[in-house]
Amino acid sequence: MSEKEPLFSSKNLKLITDPLNTNNPITVQVLGICSALAITVKLEPAIVMALSVMAVLAVSNVVISLLRKSIPPRIRIIVQLVVIASMVILVDQFLKAFAYDVSKQLSVFVGLIITNCIIMGRLEAFAMANKPWPSFLDAIGNASGYGLILIIVAFFRELLGSGTLFGYPVMEKIGLYNIGYENNGLMILPPMALITIGIIIWVQRSKNRQLIEEK
Amino acid sequence: MRDFSNRYIFVFSTVMIVIVAVLLSSAAMLLQPLQKKNIELEKKQSILASIHVEVPRKEADKVFEKYITSSFVVNAQGEKVEGVDAFNVDMAAEIRNPVEERKLPVYIATLDDGSKKIIVPLRGKGLWGPIYGYISFDDDYNTVFGATFAHDKETPGLGAEIATKQFQKQFTGKKIFDENGNFTSIRVVKGGAPAGDPHGVDAISGGTLTSKGLEAMLRDCLSGYVAYFKKQQEQK
Repeated sequence: MSEKEPLFSSKNLKLITDPLNTNNPITVQVLGICSALAITVKLEPAIVMALSVMAVLAVSNVVISLLRKSIPPRIRIIVQLVVIASMVILVDQFLKAFAYDVSKQLSVFVGLIITNCIIMGRLEAFAMANKPWPSFLDAIGNASGYGLILIIVAFFRELLGSGTLFGYPVMEKIGLYNIGYENNGLMILPPMALITIGIIIWVQRSKNRQLIEEK
Repeated sequence: MRDFSNRYIFVFSTVMIVIVAVLLSSAAMLLQPLQKKNIELEKKQSILASIHVEVPRKEADKVFEKYITSSFVVNAQGEKVEGVDAFNVDMAAEIRNPVEERKLPVYIATLDDGSKKIIVPLRGKGLWGPIYGYISFDDDYNTVFGATFAHDKETPGLGAEIATKQFQKQFTGKKIFDENGNFTSIRVVKGGAPAGDPHGVDAISGGTLTSKGLEAMLRDCLSGYVAYFKKQQEQK
């Protein structure tokens, strides 16, 4: 890569757009499923989770990328974990101080960002071998891909499960309850998150045939 | 890849750990006052919720000052314990002690109409984790005025229903002593309490274990206050 490459060259832009679709961390690589199941009952925590993962991943990717030449390969995984863990603790502390309600809803899942495979995966596969700027874009791209799926899932689960969006009673306002509509309690439970993600994967693959594995 | 000496690896790890330690501890120190304040405000909010006063978190301080006129700690013999701040009693630690040795916080609220309410904290075990809340009594020290419950990780839609208004409003008007003055607590009845039962509320369908935990919490926590409540009733 030459020094004069423009900041948003097509190669760099691909780092952001690929994870949104053809290389999505959740629907294509099937990483980070655990948190996707747990915090997608409502939209607000899903968005905060997506932003938290983005902050952690962006900073960790840049830090690891800056240090990539000085990190001894033998302890690189430990170094990556230390960077991720410290970032996660920082995010957790900030949420507790400034977004207490959300931090209560996310509870243990903020801590579990540490074990989110997407993050370690990006550090090991990308940041260890690339410059800081592409690493940053890669982080933003992957976190957006993760967040996108989270938000889609949370949208359907909150709408169908609780009849609200961002806590606003949509279903009540359009008068569905009056004609006998009821919220689907199953949407609130974790299995429906898995099924919703399954449906997203199905839709994505039927639109994008190259994702289908050859038998 | 370049080869690194053992000495380099040790130095690298040490420097990394020191930097991380400084960073994290300073962040924790700087943010701690804000975090403590949040927890304190939330506690005030739930105490107020038990006397049917709903406030946004920002105003919890002011409204708490206005309604909660005194707070103190009693023991299971009904005597006041001096020198302990009711607000700072750690309920999670207290419920591990036998009832006789517990410090039992009491909050006295005076409402707009001048009536006096007695608020006591509750804490117990749900199905997956702790459940807790506050219950308030009229000044006959018997009739429930209001109750609020919260939980950490009960099942959404099932056990988590204890945190809803529909469930909590059942408690208003229930009594914890029968006509002969015996402590009955409040039962959480599976399949529904008989209409007009002064000592029972309906359990949550599908949330049996959380309901049972709630019933046990009420009996366990309130039993400590029996002596104090009796004393107050006699004085009237």
